[in-house]
Amino acid sequence: MSNVPADLHYTKDHEWIRLAADGTATIGITDHAQAALGDVTFVDLPKAGQAFGAGEVFGAVESVKAASDLYSPVTCEVLEANGSLNDTPDLVNREPYGGAWMIKVKVKNPGELAGLLDAAGYAAIL
Amino acid sequence: MSEPLARTPLHALHVELGGRIVPFAGWEMPVQYAGIIEEHQAVRKAAGLFDVSHMGEARVRGRDAAAFLDRIMTNDMASIRPGMARYTVMCQPDGGCVDDLIVYRFSETEFLICLNASNAAKDIAWMRSLIGPFKVEVLDECAAWAQLALQGPVAERILGLATALPLGTIKRFGFAVGEVAGASGCVVSRTGYTGSAGFEIYLPAASAEKVARALLELGKPHGLVPAGLGARDSLRLEANYPLYGHEISERISPIQAGLGWTVKFAKGEFVGREALRRQAEGGPAASVVLFSLDDRRIARQGAQVYAGETPVGEVLSGTHSPTLNKPIGTALVAAGYTGSAELTVDIRGNRIPLRIAVEPFVK
Repeated sequence: MSNVPADLHYTKDHEWIRLAADGTATIGITDHAQAALGDVTFVDLPKAGQAFGAGEVFGAVESVKAASDLYSPVTCEVLEANGSLNDTPDLVNREPYGGAWMIKVKVKNPGELAGLLDAAGYAAIL
Repeated sequence: MSEPLARTPLHALHVELGGRIVPFAGWEMPVQYAGIIEEHQAVRKAAGLFDVSHMGEARVRGRDAAAFLDRIMTNDMASIRPGMARYTVMCQPDGGCVDDLIVYRFSETEFLICLNASNAAKDIAWMRSLIGPFKVEVLDECAAWAQLALQGPVAERILGLATALPLGTIKRFGFAVGEVAGASGCVVSRTGYTGSAGFEIYLPAASAEKVARALLELGKPHGLVPAGLGARDSLRLEANYPLYGHEISERISPIQAGLGWTVKFAKGEFVGREALRRQAEGGPAASVVLFSLDDRRIARQGAQVYAGETPVGEVLSGTHSPTLNKPIGTALVAAGYTGSAELTVDIRGNRIPLRIAVEPFVK
């Protein structure tokens, strides 16, 4: 079944967030999400400096079958978008938790992570 | 919508092969197995096997069968020779499409018609309502038949391993009846919905799984893969084949859809003739165009098309073309704008230039 790494936090909308020690975090979509989307052909990402509230749409991922909005798990400011997804959007299918991270952000309020799902909680809704 | 979903005779095989099953037109169908792009490429380069058993079938027979079909279809039916098939549209009096179909002629008085799954019950009721004085009967054979589509450049070689039928003598839109993989009574026709070479096989429902397994095994060394509805859609859109409910519908006529070649005004009276003639002579208010985008975003069904700030149409189908490696689609565009080089489509607030294609993306 789907891979749900234990060290991440998750949204009900199938994004993951990985918090680093320096207060930054990376955000992507889960293995379950990539499998449901099928072949990903395009990832529409924001630019560095853009800010998003928790639950706000920060981008979209397109597969052959459908377009799906990307929701920010927390209030954050974008530090970097993953440029490699421009040329190789199918990385999302191959490495959803690794090479296909989508945005690197500065987390404004780390306390918001407590409101997200842990791995067990996310696995329970799949 | 509370109707339970139907399953084709190949349902267990789809599950065994790892097919992802989705609801489609009242059926549980595989949208993909290994992946839409991979299956699409297999059909373009080698071969794919599709279960299209959700499609419906009606047998029309009787002394007046040809005359009856000429009255209800837009294309010329009487001139179809036995052993040949013809693509046609069946229209409402206002020119809207009841369905698009393929009509197979078995004899002077007997035809088999392939119906879209979503329209099968409606089509049969519609045909029966128009029988009137014609000496003809319309038989519902939807449950009797399964259908496989074996498509791709090596489809003929693979099918040749499973049948003694002289495939080389079957012309495009021709068919033969015989045994395939030990199953008798199969109708093998050189038709398809992919833009690649290949065959469609109508077979008794009880034989479907045996034949499908045999074809997959015989074809595997030649690159044959099971293919789902996702690849079927991207393949047909590259070839600019219409899909009912998208490019043609009760509100989009064959003239608007660019299917004027299927409408034979000279054959005499048929349902929809006057409305279609007015459209053909005066020009329809809107027509279907094929397009590509120089972008990575896909324009999906319902996306708005603009000329400057004026809305002039909407997208009917959109997908990623693996052959072009860019988005393609169709749109219904108002008269006067269908040749415009200045159209854009709105995708999540971005205005992407629409590049109208004058020919299908594959031939």
